[in-house]
Amino acid sequence: MHPAYSVIAFTVASGAGYGLLGCLAALALLGRLPAAPGFAWTALGLAFVLATAGLLSSTLHLGHPERAWRAFSQWRSSWLSREGVAALAGYVPAGLFALGWLFLSEPEGGFAVLHPAFIGAAAVALALCLVTVFCTAMIYASLKPIQRWHNGWVAPAYLMFAAMSGVLWLTALMIGFGVGQRAVLWLAAALIALAGAVKLGYWRFIDRTASASTAASATGLGHLGAVRLLDPPHTEENYLLREMGYRLARKHAAKLRRLAFLMGFALPLVLTLVAAAVVQPWAAIAAGAAAFLATAGLVIERWLFFAEAKHAVTLYYGADRA
Amino acid sequence: MTSLPRATTERRLGLVIDLDTCVGCHACAVNCREWNAGGFAAPLTDLDPYGAAPEGVWFNRVHSFEAGDDETGRTVYFPKSCLHCAEPACVTVCPTGASYKRASDGIVLVDEQKCIGCKLCSWACPYGAREYDYDSGVMKKCTLCIDRIYNENLEESDRVPACVATCPTSARHFGDLGDPHSAVSRLVADRKGYDLMPEQGYRPTNKYLPPRRRGPPAVAPAPAAPATIEGKLLQWADRLLSR
Repeated sequence: MHPAYSVIAFTVASGAGYGLLGCLAALALLGRLPAAPGFAWTALGLAFVLATAGLLSSTLHLGHPERAWRAFSQWRSSWLSREGVAALAGYVPAGLFALGWLFLSEPEGGFAVLHPAFIGAAAVALALCLVTVFCTAMIYASLKPIQRWHNGWVAPAYLMFAAMSGVLWLTALMIGFGVGQRAVLWLAAALIALAGAVKLGYWRFIDRTASASTAASATGLGHLGAVRLLDPPHTEENYLLREMGYRLARKHAAKLRRLAFLMGFALPLVLTLVAAAVVQPWAAIAAGAAAFLATAGLVIERWLFFAEAKHAVTLYYGADRA
Repeated sequence: MTSLPRATTERRLGLVIDLDTCVGCHACAVNCREWNAGGFAAPLTDLDPYGAAPEGVWFNRVHSFEAGDDETGRTVYFPKSCLHCAEPACVTVCPTGASYKRASDGIVLVDEQKCIGCKLCSWACPYGAREYDYDSGVMKKCTLCIDRIYNENLEESDRVPACVATCPTSARHFGDLGDPHSAVSRLVADRKGYDLMPEQGYRPTNKYLPPRRRGPPAVAPAPAAPATIEGKLLQWADRLLSR
């Protein structure tokens, strides 16, 4: 599949945004939100900017962005529509939660005490963060013609990567503002390890799974013997080849996988453990670097998620399996 | 709504394509474009039409395959257009309601006034039936010529899709595949018509008729000489005399 930059930016940024927002809401539920206005404004601001910028960038690849409002109508059948509804609905409880934390909370022992109504809003916001990221994943996981997306690894991967990038930005900001919590650092380390394991599992799965559709099943001519494309139906490019016919050389894929794993998971894990062991300002630098590297690594990971995906229509253009 | 019609549609209009008689002349593809450039989904984009790399939206494209290696191997011309599936994921993934499957005849269509051009429907189609129109920013696809098959201004015999009307070898047949007694349904039953990629679960309406089995090769290979004593003697003599 053609790796469109707007969709890569959208899924990585909104994943990090919802991850961060969800982490903040979870801290509110646990009564562990720091009572630090600078941190609160920065963390909430970053979460809202990432989520909103991601959603807006997803409209960049539309042919008619001015009609995007119509996409909220078909939530009964379409995961894309469900995602839009969940994303939009999430702004209400998230906004209330932000309001409660920024303006109406009382500091007590370094933590912000929120009114129960705002904690309720945080709970709904957390749920909608999870639902939105799950819907994003299901847009891809529901597409049967792309076997490398239509499997049980995709939704856990999207959820894990959102949680991981969210908690890494949370850690970086907390340490940067001097309100770090050891438990959050350990949670970050655990999430990175889990997310990395899910990605390795996904790659192993797509490498070992035989394709359900073949040139033989696409043409129904397998009973005659091996099926080969003799002549393509058109001499020039067309939309299908440009959008669905993207091919990535295997040696490049292997290199990019190593790079994505190193930047997205291995180095952030090491840096997070370093941040837990050293004092300021080194802890803040290590945690900040972990967040930046993980986000950059996820951009490569997401690019590969598209570039390595094979669409069944390529079987009509000379591919043997898809 | 992009939810599918409940149960089955009243009629299941579609095409039956005979891979045995198709000669790969592309007349169906050309006549399709000719008609549809002015029809329901008009206009069909031509990008760079007189330049080095012309391209555009086509609803019907003719692929050519080779199948088999030995004397049973053959070339098969393979026209492909929207299969108007019973389970069209292209419709259910549509976030806006622009894509729909008609309850009355099962035809899958796009309402271009509602389409936002997100392209997700084309990702959801394993058959490549939907093409994005870069010029008008919406998705386009085969309409089964709804502006011909119900067109009372045309002679009744002409009320068939443009691809069917023009096929010089009658390799394309149009009818109601939901009616087991229709001519197309009988043809499918007689010739063992089949679905493309049944494993994808889209239950396509259009059916393909397989190339007919060929007879034995025209010239039978000569039987090998038996290795009798007489034969061996002559071979020995041949080798001796050839020195």
